[in-house]
Amino acid sequence: MSTMTTVPPTPIDLSGSRRRHRRERVVRTFFRVAGLSSLAISIAIVASLVGDSLTFLNNIDLSSLWTEPHRWAPRVGKFDLLTVFMGSLLVTGIAMIVAIPLGLGAAFYLAEYASARVRRILKPVLEVLAGIPSIVLGFFAVAWIGPNIVQNIWTDASAFSIAAAGIGVGFLVTPLVASVSEDSMRAVPTALREASYGMGARKITTVTRVVFPAAISGIVAAIILATARAIGETMVVLLAAGSFAEADYTTSVSNVGLTVTAAMASLATGTDQVAGGGGSGAGQAFNSLFFLGLLLFGVTLVLNVVGDLFVRRIRESY
Amino acid sequence: MTAADVTVPQRITVARALRGRRIDFWGLLFETMLLVALLACLAIIVLLMWEVVNDGSGVYADRGFVLSQWPDQIGATISEVFDFVVDPIGVPGWIFSIAFVLLLPLGIYAAFRKSWKIGLLVVGLLVGALVFAGLIQTSDFLSAPLSRFPERAGIGQAIFGSLVLAAIVILVAMPLGIATAVYLEEYAPENRFTNVVRLNIRNLAGVPSVVYGILGLAVFVQLMGTDIATIPVVGGLLQDIFGESGITGGKTILAGGLTLSVVVLPIVIVTASESIRAVPQALREGGYGVGATKWEVQRTLVLPNAFSGILTGTILSVSRAIGETAPLILVGAFYGTFFTTGSSSFWDKFSTTYTALPQVVYQWAAEPSQEFRISLTAAAIMALLVVTLIANMAAILLRNHFENRW
Repeated sequence: MSTMTTVPPTPIDLSGSRRRHRRERVVRTFFRVAGLSSLAISIAIVASLVGDSLTFLNNIDLSSLWTEPHRWAPRVGKFDLLTVFMGSLLVTGIAMIVAIPLGLGAAFYLAEYASARVRRILKPVLEVLAGIPSIVLGFFAVAWIGPNIVQNIWTDASAFSIAAAGIGVGFLVTPLVASVSEDSMRAVPTALREASYGMGARKITTVTRVVFPAAISGIVAAIILATARAIGETMVVLLAAGSFAEADYTTSVSNVGLTVTAAMASLATGTDQVAGGGGSGAGQAFNSLFFLGLLLFGVTLVLNVVGDLFVRRIRESY
Repeated sequence: MTAADVTVPQRITVARALRGRRIDFWGLLFETMLLVALLACLAIIVLLMWEVVNDGSGVYADRGFVLSQWPDQIGATISEVFDFVVDPIGVPGWIFSIAFVLLLPLGIYAAFRKSWKIGLLVVGLLVGALVFAGLIQTSDFLSAPLSRFPERAGIGQAIFGSLVLAAIVILVAMPLGIATAVYLEEYAPENRFTNVVRLNIRNLAGVPSVVYGILGLAVFVQLMGTDIATIPVVGGLLQDIFGESGITGGKTILAGGLTLSVVVLPIVIVTASESIRAVPQALREGGYGVGATKWEVQRTLVLPNAFSGILTGTILSVSRAIGETAPLILVGAFYGTFFTTGSSSFWDKFSTTYTALPQVVYQWAAEPSQEFRISLTAAAIMALLVVTLIANMAAILLRNHFENRW
């Protein structure tokens, strides 16, 4: 009987003090609340956009969203969406024409050709370019790209043009294209390359026929994410594209123009809050800011979701 | 005939067939094109720097820290240093005070843990802040207030504004972002809701910053500021507590800092999540094995080991916040007098209009006068680039140093 005196510890003895439990609960609650903050931010974004957008749409004549001739002039109630979206399309198009070859070329070289030492030095340098604030590239677009590139191609262009803004945005998103696609190329298993060399393939064949198809989803993701970034870019366009509060519809890249983002920023800078001249919904200039924001949010959200699907495909395949 | 005589020519034939064409023309061309693309990327950086320095260095030559005058100034500078430490009214004094406040928790932590390394780091950073503040004090351009006259205009107020914004971002986004990352990686159950939150954060990282500006305008400027009475249920009470202008006071630096915090929050969360995920599972299991609770495991094992990654993310996000312009334009960063007299009270400085470095760059770049548009803009950009690029380089070096440790 006396051998039974050593009782094994009960679960209560093992569970620790009550103070530790209480602290555990407090910490858990704190983390949970923090985790929900991101959801709260998204809801706040949508709520702040939708409410004022509805006010805007209720108070204007819907025909002022599509005026003839096309012109964006919120002060007189001309909210022609085609004008600003064409501006965004042109700027984004030029940006991608610049960024895709530069970014992919740099990524291919760093991932496949460069020696480990060169990559160790050059990759951080490219990442530094990614850290340059967009306002600085805006200044660069006006001070250097406009006079030295755009005016050499279109002799009649001024220092401010859609092309200058587009090239500036292109330089801005090049590091994004380069780093995301380089990551996806480096994620391609070395075994695939070795198998290709083992078949007697040359380097160029290996890179273009083996590595490129294997990394394609990451490369597509890089391009989509860069496109979303280019559409949302504000400061370069505001400084370099030359238009401010008002703009005419144009499809010529050597003209001055306005994008969705630049229109939003110039709406916010103050003077347009004052209700201007005639036309229906002239007093709604400030609220059009929210409507444009909602459209922009929708476009970038779709691009980001699609880009995200592609990014996750690389993770799944290897 | 021996066997060797037969095999030699055969071996040569095989080798030649495998070798292919001697010069791979297309391969070389392809490689050259790739190299050209890479060099073009680097050329852009060099050109950009050259353009900025070329346009902006003149301002510093005229009104910067003139080295030849330094021997005469050292006595005066030392007394000024003590002046602004004791009496923090000028911009340099503020810089030092902000650095002090931000470093205080780290200093207490160092004293608590009796860690000489961290203590030295804190002292070093404080001395650095002192030198930085002193440098600004000796430069007319860096310490002067904004002005209509190009020969008198300076960026003292803008530097101050940017530093306060950065401080708010560090105080708000860093704890919130790290806590979110810890929750998502360690506490959250694996269910559909958690996946929705994760997807949501990745998408928030891609939302254009100008949209965050609208959010800031609607939430921090209007709802928490001037329109505080419209909040359902508690609005009237909040207005009684905080007064007519609400918690943030409308278009104030607090509203701007909160907006920038929201802009960079996804970056902090994503980088912190990645570094927490990189901590090996064995460490956690070891912690649980000796009877630690979940929070004790986080505090003593996971967070210290994820620290470098979290720090990298924080530095990157602060650098991003300092350079961000579009949201500030929307929430009302202002180009105008701010912090000129020095006689206003502590809270007055936070409840009036404010400005920040990128905002000043934007305003000057749009001025008609050549001096503002080119020289002064470039000089202000130099100040902005020094801060953001040093921060970025530090973050990248830190990341590369700690990469693949496990």
